[in-house]
Amino acid sequence: MSLTYLEAIREAQYEALRRDPRVFIYGQDIGKFGGAFKATKHLDSEFPGRVIDAPISEDAMVGTAIGAAIEGSRPIIEMQFADFSSVGFNQIVNQAATQFWRTNVPCPIVIRLPSGGTAGSGPFHSQSMESIYAHYPGLIILTPATVEDAYHMLLAAIDLDDPVIFCEHKFLYYHLKADSLPDATLPIGKARIARPGRHATVVAYSAMVHESIRAADELQQDGYQIEVVDLRSVKPIDTDTILASVARTGRLLCVGESFPWGGVTAEVIARVVADGFHLLDAPPQRLNAKDTPIPYHPNLWKAHRPTAASIGAELRKLLKF
Amino acid sequence: MSTSSHVAPPTTSAETLKPLCQQAFKHMVRARVLEDKLASLYRAGGRIVGGVYVGRGQEALSAALTVHLTKGKDLYAGLIRDQAGKMAFGESILDATRTYLGSVLGPMRGRDGNIHRGRPREGMPAMISHLGTMVSVIGGMLLSRRLQGTIGDCVGATCIGDGGTSTGAFHEAVNLAAIEKLPMVISVANNLYAYSTPNNRSFACDSLVDRAKGYGIEGYAVDGTDLPACVETFRHAVARARAGHGPQMVVGTFLRLSGHGEHDDASYIPEEVKNSPQGRDCLPLSEQKLIERGWFTKEEVQELYDNAKDEADKAIAKSSSEPLPDPYKESWNALASPLLVEE
Ligand SMILES: Cc1ncc(C[n+]2csc(CCOP(=O)(O)OP(=O)(O)O)c2C)c(N)n1
Repeated sequence: MSLTYLEAIREAQYEALRRDPRVFIYGQDIGKFGGAFKATKHLDSEFPGRVIDAPISEDAMVGTAIGAAIEGSRPIIEMQFADFSSVGFNQIVNQAATQFWRTNVPCPIVIRLPSGGTAGSGPFHSQSMESIYAHYPGLIILTPATVEDAYHMLLAAIDLDDPVIFCEHKFLYYHLKADSLPDATLPIGKARIARPGRHATVVAYSAMVHESIRAADELQQDGYQIEVVDLRSVKPIDTDTILASVARTGRLLCVGESFPWGGVTAEVIARVVADGFHLLDAPPQRLNAKDTPIPYHPNLWKAHRPTAASIGAELRKLLKF
Repeated sequence: MSTSSHVAPPTTSAETLKPLCQQAFKHMVRARVLEDKLASLYRAGGRIVGGVYVGRGQEALSAALTVHLTKGKDLYAGLIRDQAGKMAFGESILDATRTYLGSVLGPMRGRDGNIHRGRPREGMPAMISHLGTMVSVIGGMLLSRRLQGTIGDCVGATCIGDGGTSTGAFHEAVNLAAIEKLPMVISVANNLYAYSTPNNRSFACDSLVDRAKGYGIEGYAVDGTDLPACVETFRHAVARARAGHGPQMVVGTFLRLSGHGEHDDASYIPEEVKNSPQGRDCLPLSEQKLIERGWFTKEEVQELYDNAKDEADKAIAKSSSEPLPDPYKESWNALASPLLVEE
């Protein structure tokens, strides 16, 4: 058996629908059509009435999920692209995120955001929203980087009693394959050492884990052993694993695909500087996409977001410091 | 029934209307008395944190909706000015005073205040400030019940003001409810002003009822100062929703008889509007109507007021003596999943 990241997401939803009658999926074109990316292919015929086509109304889709959760359902919302979740932003950050704190009634919803860039997708089909949602108390933000995590973390997300923003990466949909799925992965909230090393730490998440591993492979040829930490979830964030890695290497580069201002990479650096300043042999660095909207042409796009090459260049500077 | 119906057919017998109007009027009085007391507490200063938002003039429309609903079965998302509706739905007066006064024993435990209260598990979601957003929440509650097979003939009611009908959230949610043919009743309280903004700066259609047609749902207009007419209209609308005819929209028109909140003197409302038929106060008007019909005596009305005053005083006194939130005892945790709480 071989499974892609996208198939893992489909399988997780299949499993959730199968084992829990409270689960339903709501999103545009997810029924017969199977979703813009086919993440719900055939689910409609296997679970009739529980995989429901939504109008183009992201605000109302999220509001509906929140109401359904109050009444004991466990809805999964598919946003067609992460970018369009901005239309449902208000319901996500003001209604879903505050529900438990205000009323003591949990809000178990999962919002799947097909995130990040693929070549040629342009400014409105390539964005990464994790930093924006992570800013808000009351939300859990997951960023799986592997087929195994895509499967197990989605299932775990559906079981959680809190609103979860599930940032699945479109570039990984077809590019990642696993031969089989383990019975479990690390729990939500734990980071993973994706590649051990001792000269510098790269903290990354989602598609950037793979670019970082490629950069580390290249630097290996020059005798550098780079440790890559996969955050897996950006909120909660596993500061302990990050600090333990920095303690081993003394150097930190944090990589994210989202825009540079504020955000996850800034958060990681701030935490390491505050709690692990004494562990650092060099100023910690971060690498993000450029501070412009996301370009359409692949020539521009490849230079816009971090890649193995730009991560490698950044690491070389860091190692020389 | 055509989808453009503007006035509900007057088919309800006096026998049926009488107890409903009596019920509604009682809660109108309770709401008015309570809110007058909260407003004077606010003006006295010190006791109430934040603002006070009252529904003066809206009580008839508000209570006329929820006398047709049953707590524990139906759903109700009242809005800013729906104190009367919340009471007629069965909200305790203590929930209101505790929330205004910040008691930890209230449903919001000092974490949210004034009109932002609810008991979602009991069919009353707690409104957030953002107007328009509660319509889809009621829609989701109904959808979930339908999916779980527990919907029966329950109805979900939701309220909005004239101003709130301009939000995208409102349009998305009503459209969605129409697509799903949800048993929803949408009460639109057109009190002529959205904060200081008059109708002609809020919408350009002749009547907000016209919008119902655009969504393919049934809509009705009613004089919001006329309690029996409001009860009659909602009786029809709620029955239609229960019987599976999809969302129903009722637009009541009247003037808001106060500022947006107690901080606002409403000096932007011209005298001629205040003196127009829409500016009449539904409370004395309803009293007069019910007495004329022989459904209440003057003495009985007086008794309602006396009881309401007593009840409000007791609730305010009780809430005032209750513990306030303590930052040292507070769990500063916004998640339901305790294992995922960050230090
Ligand atoms: C989305 C949004 N924008 C602005 C506000 C601030 N605000 C609170 S009440 C109000 C006026 C509401 O008018 P309307 O919907 O007619 O209700 P009314 O207060 O007249 O009952 C405004 C602008 C808000 N609560 N929500």
